[in-house]
This record gives sequence, C-alpha cells and structure tokens, in this order.
Amino acid sequence: MRKFLTSTFAAALLAVAIPAAAEEGPALERQNWSWHGPFGQYDKAQLRRGFQVFREICSNCHSMKLVAYRNLGDLGFTEDEIKAIAAEKQVQDGPNDQGDMYARPARPSDRFVPPFPNDQAARVASNGALPPDLSLMTKARVGGPDYVYGILTGFKDTPPEGVTIPDGMYYNTAFPGHQIAMPPPVNDDQVTYADGTKATKEQISKDAVAFLNWAAEPELDQRHSLGVKTLIFVFVMTILFYALKRKIWARLH
Amino acid sequence: MSGQKFDNKIVQWVDERLPIFSVLKESAVDYPTPKNLNYWWNFGSLAGFMLVVMILTGIFLAMNYAANTAIAFGVVEHIMRDVNYGWLLRYLHMNGASFFFICVYIHIFRGLYYGSYKAPRELLWALGLLIYLVMMGTAFMGYVLPWGQMSFWGATVITNLFSAIPVVGDYIVTLLWGGFSVDNPTLNRFYALHYLLPFVIFALVFLHLVALHTTKSNNPLGIDVTGPQDTIPFHPYYTVKDLVGIGVLLLIYLAVVFFAPNFFGEPDNYVPANPLVTPPHIVPEWYFLPFYAILRAIPDKLGGVLAMFGAIVILFFLPWIDSSKVRSAKFRPIFKQIFWIFLAVCLVLGYCGSQPPEGQIVVVGRIATAAYFLFFPLLWVLGKIEKPKPLPQSISAPVLKGASAGHAAQKMEKA
Ligand code: HEC
Ligand code: HEM
Repeated sequence: MRKFLTSTFAAALLAVAIPAAAEEGPALERQNWSWHGPFGQYDKAQLRRGFQVFREICSNCHSMKLVAYRNLGDLGFTEDEIKAIAAEKQVQDGPNDQGDMYARPARPSDRFVPPFPNDQAARVASNGALPPDLSLMTKARVGGPDYVYGILTGFKDTPPEGVTIPDGMYYNTAFPGHQIAMPPPVNDDQVTYADGTKATKEQISKDAVAFLNWAAEPELDQRHSLGVKTLIFVFVMTILFYALKRKIWARLH
Repeated sequence: MSGQKFDNKIVQWVDERLPIFSVLKESAVDYPTPKNLNYWWNFGSLAGFMLVVMILTGIFLAMNYAANTAIAFGVVEHIMRDVNYGWLLRYLHMNGASFFFICVYIHIFRGLYYGSYKAPRELLWALGLLIYLVMMGTAFMGYVLPWGQMSFWGATVITNLFSAIPVVGDYIVTLLWGGFSVDNPTLNRFYALHYLLPFVIFALVFLHLVALHTTKSNNPLGIDVTGPQDTIPFHPYYTVKDLVGIGVLLLIYLAVVFFAPNFFGEPDNYVPANPLVTPPHIVPEWYFLPFYAILRAIPDKLGGVLAMFGAIVILFFLPWIDSSKVRSAKFRPIFKQIFWIFLAVCLVLGYCGSQPPEGQIVVVGRIATAAYFLFFPLLWVLGKIEKPKPLPQSISAPVLKGASAGHAAQKMEKA
C-alpha cells in the first residue's frame, strides 16, 4: 500500500509540475450561491428577481427554449400571473378549421417564446454572432454559475495594452479568448426591483445567474431534500447491516 | 444437481421436474466459500448489483426516450424536466455507469493482486474480460444517446478509428455509421445495441458464475481449499457481508447522484450536437481514458489502434504469461511492488488521456504506455527468478510453525 501511495504521489507531483497546457482565462472567483452544498436551496425571491432581469434584458437576444411558462410556478408566481406573463408573447398555432395558421397569445403550457424566429435572424441582429440558448447555460460550461457570473461582470471598457478589439466585439476577462460578441448586458440600476433590493451590477448579475441555474436544474431543491432523507436512510440501513454481519460472523469465532 | 429434499410439497414437486431450488440452494446458500475472504471480494457482487440497477433504470428511461437526432437531446431534457422523477432515473443511470466501472476495475485489480486469473480459473478470468469488453461497448453507445456535443464528437472520433484497419476499415466504418457520417442511422443502431448488450452481459455474468462455482473462489492466501474446515456456507455469512458492501456503495453512489450528479460528466454534453462546431477538447468518459492515452501515445493511427486493443487483448493471456505458480501477492514480495507500480501506471495513463496531447503530456503518455506493456514480459521473467515466501499449509492454519513450514515450502517447489 505504501508503495502505491508513493507512486501515486509521484505521479500527482508530475502532473502538477506539468504546466496546464491550455490557458483558459483567469481563475474564476467562487461565489457563495444559496443552492451550494447538500442543504442548499434556491432563494425564491432571488429567482424572481433573476427572472425579471432575464425578461427585461437577456430575453431580448437569448432564447430559453426548454423552460415553459408553467414552470414559473416554482418561483412562486400564481397561475394568473403566469397566464399574464405568457400572454405578452405571441406564438404561431394552427391550422384552424379553415386550414389557416394563426397567431395567438402564449399559454402557460407553451415554452418560453424565443426573441427571433430562427438562428439566422438572431445572427443578423447580433452582428453575425449567435446568442446561445440559455436553458442549460450553467451546466454547459466549465465553472457553471461562477463562469456565467464571470462573463456578466468581466467586461472591461479598455482592453489591456497591446490588445486590440475589433468593432462589434467586447473585451471580457472570463470568456475564452477574451473577445465576446455580446455587448455588456448589465449596468448599475438597469432594472428596478420591486422588493427594494439595490440593483448594483453585481446584484443584477447574481440574480440573473441564480435564475439561469434554476432554468438548468429546476429539480435541484427536490433533489437536495430527497437526497438528505435518502442518505440518512441508507446510512442507518448500512449500520444495521454491519451490526447484523458482526453478529452472524461472531458464530465462527 | 437435484436430489435435495424440501419440506414444502410444492417446492419438492417443482424441484423434481426443474431443479431451480436445488441449484439455488447449492450455489447461493450452501455454496462452500473460503472463510478468509476480505472486503475486496465484495466487488463482484457489487458489480452484479450495478448491472441490475443499470438494466432497471435503463428500461424506464427507454420508455421515454426517442432515438432521432432531431429530438433526442430535447427528449432527454423532457425526461429531466417533465417525467416524474425522470431526473432521478437519468442521474442514477448516468452515474451508475461510472460506479459500475469503478466496481469492475477494483474487481479486476483484486483478481490481479491475488492471482485469481491463474489455473484453474483461466476461463473465469477470460469471461470477466469479455464482460468488461461488452461493458465498454455498451457504455460507449449509451453515451451517444443524449446527442450532445460530446456524444456526437466522441462517436465520430472513436468510430473513425476503425478506418485505420487496412482494406476493410472503411467498410466497417460505413457499417457502423449506417451512412457517411455519424447521423440518424448511427443513433438508431447504437440505441438498438445499447438495449441489447446489457442482456449479453447478463448472460456472460451467468457463465462467469458457473465457472466460478466450478473452480470455487480464490482467497487472499491464494492457496487451495483443503477441506470443509477451510470453508463456510455462502449464506448467511457472505450474503450478509455483501449487504454491508451494497450499503456502503449506495452511500457513495447516491451522494453523487443527489449532490454532484454531473461530477463525472462533461459540460459540453449539455450543448446539443452540432456537426459544424468541433469542441476544443474531445475527451471520452473517464473509464476509457487510459486506453485513449495509449491510442494517442503511438504516432501512427493503425499502430495506436492496435496498441489500444492490444492493451486489453493481452490481459486474456495473463494466465499463461505469468509464470509463477504462487497466486497471492502476499507471498510474492517483488510482484507486490510491481503490482502497485502497474496500478499507478494505469492511473497516470488515465490522467494523460484526460489532457490535451501537448508538450510533456505526450512524453509522459509514451513512457507510461511503454511501462504498461513492459509489465507483461516482466511478469514472465519474475516468475522464474522471484523467491516466494513460504505458503501456509491451509486456510484454517495460516500461521506457519516449525515442521509445517518445511512441508509448505516443499509443496510449493513441486507446484
Ligand atoms: C444585445 C444582445 C444580448 C443581450 C441583451 C444579452 N446577450 Fe448574452 N450573448 C449575446 C451574444 C451575441 C452572445 C454570443 C457571444 C459570442 O459567442 O461571442 C452571447 C453570449 C452569452 C453567453 C455565453 C458565453 C459563452 O461561454 O458562450 C452567456 C452566458 C450570456 N450571453 C448571458 C447573458 C445574460 C445572462 C444576459 C442578460 C443579463 C445576456 N446574455 C444578455 C447577446 C446578448
Ligand atoms: C459485469 C461485470 C462483472 C460481474 C457482475 C462479476 C461478478 C462476479 C462475482 C459475483 C464474483 C464472485 C465474487 C467475487 O469473487 O468477487 C466474481 C468473481 C470473479 N470475477 Fe467477476 N464479475 C464481473 C466482471 C469481471 C471482470 C471484468 C473480471 C476480470 C477480467 C472478472 C474476474 C473475476 C474473477 C477472476 C473471479 C474469481 C474471483 C476469485 O474468487 O478470486 N470479473 N465475479
């Protein structure tokens, strides 16, 4: 066993000594998200603020096609509120009895209506870059929520010396390659929170990330609470098995 | 096989016609098992437990899945979001594959350490390796089903390897793809095979167990059972010990499922497959990484593919390569050290496989690959020159005393 430990240790040293081959932007600052840890849960008020940010800012460019309006019930919205939120958007439906397609207000069962009818239209509106769908964003990047927070707060008005940023691109410390086609989406006081929370750039970004994380992992609250209960059960069960094993094996000695 | 007597008339009636109860009693209740098995012997039953978990969760996932490139990604998200406890099913299946491999890897290295592959257990070992091969095929095809970026690009890279085979390579690749690139026909055939192969594994496990019950279990001392004083009945002693193992496995497995379900995963697989965008690093699942490193260590494509498959094939010949008749590493001081080094080499290979093949990683990968293959000739030489410690006379008399030591040493020389 000692041999094994020393050889793995040597291997680990070797691995550390080898400089990381691909430079991937600065280390991300780890934020203190409310849902971290086995007992972590979403903060509903924060999710609602985050939804407000998404609705007022991000959804102008980004789609969120995997989330339905009815899912907003998780955030504490009432059925009537959800109906009203959905009805602000139009979706195409049909054909009706006359064989015609028609537009109707979105219903709670519809998925979030994207800002553009297709990717090409989205590109045209964003200088050729495609704003990615945000439904799974926090799961789809290394660093998850910390990375997305890093993107939202990582814009610099003036790039470091020697770096030139082409027109229509922006300097961002967190983005790989540091050139991102998204204009800085959040600024201080860009939204007005109904619950009186001060809308600093950082606060808005945090709330947006919380909402994105909920969109990517809506099951998290349930997963965590069920997980704690299940593990307590399995722990007690294992102790009992072990006690039983000791008792049965005692017959041999 | 039959001939057991049962008190229950119905059981007796059935058993005289179809001896399922006799077989069960002989192989799961009375089955004489060495009394000195340690906890490393739990991993066979744990692997079997994981196989059952995978089949059960898999069947329920299949009820909601659809193998069509246009909707597969969305359908998996539908399972995660809209199917009742669909997220639990999927996370159990996804992480279950990792824990299945963890159990089987420990099981294999247990067999290496205690010499369980040696006569008379050569076929038992070969069946185990076959299981492992089919498992890799199953896991690889399963990973393609969610149709994320890594699904698509992993499938593209790995299936492309077959094109290195001279003459027939391109035909094989076309056959695998069902067309001229990884596309809808590929997804369909992978789904069909992913559903089929676990049942092939099940059949192989059955044969594995028949072989096991014919040769009987090895044990930490690696010596043969000499009589009833060396064994205890499987039930209740090992059934209850296996339950302890299952409890501990579940604790770790479920902790990951509930609190870090994407720990083993690649973020890129939450981006829908896009044939036009290649991800910066294409990496397979962690359990393939050592082989991936071997593949990339050889600068020639065909050479790399041969080395990769050779790394597994050579294991089939281990019982004949290892020239020592002593099974357990306990009594082989030099083998014991080489064993741990071999394990470390495999871990280093795994690490190299996870990194982009640049700079020193390439060098380390090549050295580790050479070390991996060096292990086998070394084993052959070692058996000729190593002087093993004296073996105990029997499992129930493991402590050597005076005269018996001489006897044991004599026996060993004969062997
Ligand atoms: C003016 C349109 C616009 C707005 C508003 C906008 N984005 Fe973006 N966003 C983009 C574009 C365009 C890209 C693609 C950038 C690229 O690939 O260079 C992008 C990319 C991103 C990315 C992906 C970075 C990566 O790793 O690929 C994230 C995350 C993101 N936006 C989050 C947000 C959030 C959160 C908001 C709301 C606070 C928001 N965006 C508002 C246009 C926008
Ligand atoms: C699906 C995967 C597998 C299952 C379910 C499985 C199951 C089992 C079980 C239940 C045992 C008896 C308990 C034990 O000794 O641990 C066993 C023994 C054994 N298995 Fe496996 N096994 C699997 C894969 C493998 C593989 C991949 C190998 C090696 C290449 C292997 C080699 C062996 C050997 C050599 C034994 C005899 C062990 C001994 O008594 O020393 N098995 N297997």
